[in-house]
Amino acid sequence: MSEQAQQTPSQRGHLRGIAWALALVPLILLGIIATLIVTTEGGLSELSGPPVEQISIQQITLPELGRIVVAVVNDGPQEVTIPQVLVDEAYWSFSAEPSTTLPRFGRATYTIDYPWVAEEAHEVVLVTELGATFAAEIPVAVQSPQPSTDLFLRFGLVGLYVGIVPIFLGMLWFPFMRRLGTQGMNFVLSLTIGLLVFLAIGTWLDAQEFAAELPAFWQGVPLIVFIALIALGTLIAVSNLRHGQESTPLGIAYRIALGIGLHNLGEGLAIGASFALGEAALGTFLILGFTLHNITEGVGIAAPIVRKNPGLRHFAFLLLLAGGPAILGTWVGGFAFNPVLATIFLAIGVGAILQVVWEVGKLVVRESARLGLPVISWINLGGVTAGLAIMYFTAFLVKF
Amino acid sequence: MGNQLQRYFTRRKFLGVSLGGIASAVGAGMLGRGTAAQNEPGQGSNQLYTNHSVGHAGNMMMMGEVDHARNGFDPLQILTDWDYGDVSQLPSGQTLREYTIDAGDIEVEIAPGIFFPAWVYNGRIPGPTIRCTEGDRIRIRFRNFGSHPHTIHFHGIHPFEMDGVRGAGDGEIAPGEETIYEFDAEPFGCHLYHCHALPLKRHIHKGLYGAFIVDPRAGRTPAREFVMVMNAFDTNFDNENEIYAVNTVGFEYMRRPIPAKVDEKIRVYLINITEFDPVNSFHLHAEFFDYYDHGTTLEPTSRIVDTIMQVQAQRGILEFSYRWPGPYMFHAHISEFTELGWMGNFNIVNDEDFANALTAVGLVEEWDRRATQGSTVAWREEEEEA
Repeated sequence: MSEQAQQTPSQRGHLRGIAWALALVPLILLGIIATLIVTTEGGLSELSGPPVEQISIQQITLPELGRIVVAVVNDGPQEVTIPQVLVDEAYWSFSAEPSTTLPRFGRATYTIDYPWVAEEAHEVVLVTELGATFAAEIPVAVQSPQPSTDLFLRFGLVGLYVGIVPIFLGMLWFPFMRRLGTQGMNFVLSLTIGLLVFLAIGTWLDAQEFAAELPAFWQGVPLIVFIALIALGTLIAVSNLRHGQESTPLGIAYRIALGIGLHNLGEGLAIGASFALGEAALGTFLILGFTLHNITEGVGIAAPIVRKNPGLRHFAFLLLLAGGPAILGTWVGGFAFNPVLATIFLAIGVGAILQVVWEVGKLVVRESARLGLPVISWINLGGVTAGLAIMYFTAFLVKF
Repeated sequence: MGNQLQRYFTRRKFLGVSLGGIASAVGAGMLGRGTAAQNEPGQGSNQLYTNHSVGHAGNMMMMGEVDHARNGFDPLQILTDWDYGDVSQLPSGQTLREYTIDAGDIEVEIAPGIFFPAWVYNGRIPGPTIRCTEGDRIRIRFRNFGSHPHTIHFHGIHPFEMDGVRGAGDGEIAPGEETIYEFDAEPFGCHLYHCHALPLKRHIHKGLYGAFIVDPRAGRTPAREFVMVMNAFDTNFDNENEIYAVNTVGFEYMRRPIPAKVDEKIRVYLINITEFDPVNSFHLHAEFFDYYDHGTTLEPTSRIVDTIMQVQAQRGILEFSYRWPGPYMFHAHISEFTELGWMGNFNIVNDEDFANALTAVGLVEEWDRRATQGSTVAWREEEEEA
């Protein structure tokens, strides 16, 4: 250390240059070895087994009568050629863009002119060069929604019922909550924790479901874990920027709204996507269910701010932040569903919700200490249980 | 994909059962799509299809073409490619036909762009069409160049030692080994041979089979003759076939229709070797035929039919002729097989157009000669005259 202290700045700069060069040495050698192995097989030729063909059918759309469009990704270890296509166990003509040969990570779009039958099921099978088959089902054939002002508005309406309306109704308990005593408030805050824990688990499971459809190279489950952890860490770091000061109740409310917003984005995506897959009738029942299910979310957002009314403007922003993403999600899910983005957003949602569980938890701990009550009191436990129970039983309306 | 879709599908069924009309009516109000609108023609997803199909099979076809030169055989040639063997006379006066059949492993393009790791006799599927006269002595030198033990089991009358199964004669012939199968050709008819090594299903569907045609001593009436082996391929080895055909290549006779003439008698030696499926069938468009089950009688076993079915290894002879020119379809009347490749066309033309019909599908007069003068009986008579 002392030697370094005596070096002049220019010497240090010189050393830094050498250090950078040294850092490159392993990379250069890696490049040489890779080149050697690729060109000479590096003695590995005997190890090469039979070819492995792996593809993932990402999406099937029915843009118009008599047309099926299949998006496929090669998520296997090597190039794959798909020379033939079966629809309902019949070979059918098609056009493939850009090519029937997909390099690793490569994508192709197969357009098949097939007279699909509305409201019935069909099956598309891609047959590879080696005769391997990859199947995907069209469970209910309905023309894929084409963006139009009308449909756009209707989707927006769905998002409104799922996101904005219930949260607005839930927030209307704010005046009631203001009249609650300290113990009553502790109950409501505990209830918020129960609600958030339920949402965290639900969001996690939704993320898993989308991740399961991703091409293998995305490594769906680790992706969710990492993004959730990074989101959690980032939000904690942001709240720590206040240098020892306690988080303001309004700040907590905004972060709860953000977490719930990301969760509602996921719900919107699922509803939009199911509509795109031909679930028109299902929409109504599901939407009413979501309205009921989500009403507690408004309570959770309003709970931290009962001490000090932040004013209508903030309520409006909180409502938009928590409920608005449901509208956005419905649009994206209906018109341009993308499982990669869906997985990423839901994973962020998991992290965000866990962070507010942590913050509201701290709030409950503090309030309990002020009252001289244990953290796990009957009131707090009752609140958490009530929150979980409300979410669990209202979810009966939206899960089947 | 499946998991998510399955979930949606289940949801849909649940709603359909439990909520019925109410849900759909509300759904129609909210989303503008529901069962209420579905009974009106031209509405929503129930718009009407207009017919814009192209040609005979419309869009139901495979893309591209098979490289027959790379395969080493052409289904159109196999139709008329009779193998008479090396012919000589035994001291007793009996005709001796000597064949060499080699088993081996090759890759066959069974549909455009799809390659099947096949086991084959003499580098082709089906193997050589052995053709002889009733009573001829057949001597087959069988050599196994493949990677698994194989046999040749003939459907015919022969001693146990010549049965080509495990425990009979030389039994299963190991790779690199060889054996001789020898027997008299009887009864006359349309027969087949196939590998009988175990496991049987795999050895058959990989391609080890061929036609064995025994002409009756009296011969049959002159006709344009074709051999058609109904076969299929399980390309992903799930014990179900992905591709069906006659003579191996799916839809080949749709791409290149088989030329024949108006009013001439057409005789098809039809053999079913399709693995996994209990039956296969043959349906002829716009005509009826007489059918000789197994070909072992000189009188038809069914008259004036246009569809017959065959279980695996069942075979028979079809005789028919067309009154008018045109491209007439023939296919399995098992729509699944049809749409998976088992479908073809006869291109029936007037005499003066026949040369063009031949060249249109890359055939020469030699093919025509083989088709019309295939019988070993006529051939022997010519030789005797000469």
